[in-house]
Amino acid sequence: MEASIYNKKRRWQDVICYGLIYLAAGLVVVLLVGMLGYVFGNGLSVIDLGFLTKVRSTLKGTDGVAGNILNTIYLVVLTLLIATPLGVGGAIYLNEYAKPGRLVRMIEFTTETLSGIPSIIFGMFGMEFFGRALGLGYSIVNGVLTMTLMILPLITRNTQEALKTVPDSYRHGAIGMGAGRWYMIRTILLPSALPGILTGVILAIGRIVGESAALLFTAGSGYFLPKTAAGYWEKLGQSGGTLSVELYLRMSKGEYTMAFGIAATLLFIVVVINLLTKLIVKKLRRE
Amino acid sequence: MIKQEMSLSKKQKGKAIVESVAKYIFTICAIASIIAVFSITFYMIQKGTPALFEVGIKEILFHTVWEPASKTEPQYGILYIILTSIVGTAMAILIGVPIGVLAAIFLSEVASDKVAALVKPVVELLAGIPSVVYGLLGIMILNPLIYQLEQKIYADSTTHQFTGGKNLLAGVLVLAIMILPTVINMTESSLRAVPVQLRAASYALGASKIQTIFHVVLPAAKSGVITAIVLGIGRAIGEAMAISFVAGNSVNAPFPFHSVRFLTTALVSEMEYSADTHREVLFTIGLVLFAFIMLINLLIGKLLKKNEKKHG
Repeated sequence: MEASIYNKKRRWQDVICYGLIYLAAGLVVVLLVGMLGYVFGNGLSVIDLGFLTKVRSTLKGTDGVAGNILNTIYLVVLTLLIATPLGVGGAIYLNEYAKPGRLVRMIEFTTETLSGIPSIIFGMFGMEFFGRALGLGYSIVNGVLTMTLMILPLITRNTQEALKTVPDSYRHGAIGMGAGRWYMIRTILLPSALPGILTGVILAIGRIVGESAALLFTAGSGYFLPKTAAGYWEKLGQSGGTLSVELYLRMSKGEYTMAFGIAATLLFIVVVINLLTKLIVKKLRRE
Repeated sequence: MIKQEMSLSKKQKGKAIVESVAKYIFTICAIASIIAVFSITFYMIQKGTPALFEVGIKEILFHTVWEPASKTEPQYGILYIILTSIVGTAMAILIGVPIGVLAAIFLSEVASDKVAALVKPVVELLAGIPSVVYGLLGIMILNPLIYQLEQKIYADSTTHQFTGGKNLLAGVLVLAIMILPTVINMTESSLRAVPVQLRAASYALGASKIQTIFHVVLPAAKSGVITAIVLGIGRAIGEAMAISFVAGNSVNAPFPFHSVRFLTTALVSEMEYSADTHREVLFTIGLVLFAFIMLINLLIGKLLKKNEKKHG
């Protein structure tokens, strides 16, 4: 009963184009599902208590990634401790203080550039500058400083976006009531921008957890657990490989069973991070 | 009375100090990125140039023999390595961009909101997968498949050096998959920015949906698609860990079934044990990579500015 000619006309080119579009979208979905399935299928069976709580030791005959998990936590926490204030502060300057001009253009250009530099270059820079020039060698501290540079643009940009969504009337209201700028930022802007900042931080966690090229040359590949309480402090100056670095090393040794276990752990973390970001964005929208 | 006034002004003064201190701290935070980029640039140039004078610009950039470990006559030609990065990136773009653009069209134009809401997280997850994991999957799935293909193609060849599937083609395929999220996200947002009126006008003229997409919407979003391609190039040329095992890692001319070494994988594989001139040349490789990236960054900056102007 369709009377319209619009629906009757079917060009064969259209059919082919639709086919290609669906094929491309299908391919993307199949790729992801296939990759997740393959990694979890091969890796989940490797993960057990020993895998998560022991370290590699030929003497004891154990194999696990407990040391690498600890290293990853060190790197994530310490990097965020430095990079978050720095990135948020920079975004506040750009959004609240700066007047358009050369300095702002320069900051924005360098932030953009920083996010485009490949991690291997960060690794070389970290190795030469933090490692050799500052004498930090292969150490967690070196890795933390290098990662700070890498995730700085991510946090700055997310905070900036969040600050832009805070209505100007909030600012005018606060200033009009006699609040200073810093007071206004502390009590009005930051709380309103918190979900956006949090999104940036969570994305940064994902970056740090997944990073390998930059960390291989800076934080190195140590995998031991500290034996004494003081060891947890001394660890900062020692080399420590994160899960991703360990995965790379296992691959280069051909130990694929362990590699799949680590890959499954990493993907699990990635999925959780993605869900968390979704949740925050959803909450943000509702408000 | 007077005393109180004084105390009030004192308080005001304290407040003013806090205010200006806060401002200075924020300014310093903002300048951190400038300092970072300048010191990275400075270090890359400082470390990368000595070898160019020591060994010779021509001997490094335009020679193809890479034998840094030779005791009698070490050679540091990186032309094949540079070409591999360029050819590999170009091939990855040729494969990845059409798929990415079509998938973006699906998300923005074809799929219903519900379906798009299901596919979008897939793209985001794809972007979050660590590059080493891509490398692992490349070794376990892609290399054996390509080895089978290689055996079929070169079944009668007596001269072909078999790579076991670890070759440029495998590296390119991994790169093509890895740039998908970048291309899809950028293209999708630029497609969505195309005004509805353009589509309506096209339908009113009797164009079908497909005609509208390919003759009206896509051309209108052209600058966004170009930006997506350039972003993809940046991503592909800088990727190291995913392709370091997959592409074979010996220095050869960039043909699909050759075991090859990229700029990035050259750094990964030799940085740790290199010394002296060898190490300096590796930094030159880093400098070449850095130069490519800076060029691409400048281009992206220009493109983004142009997009902004266009959309007001």
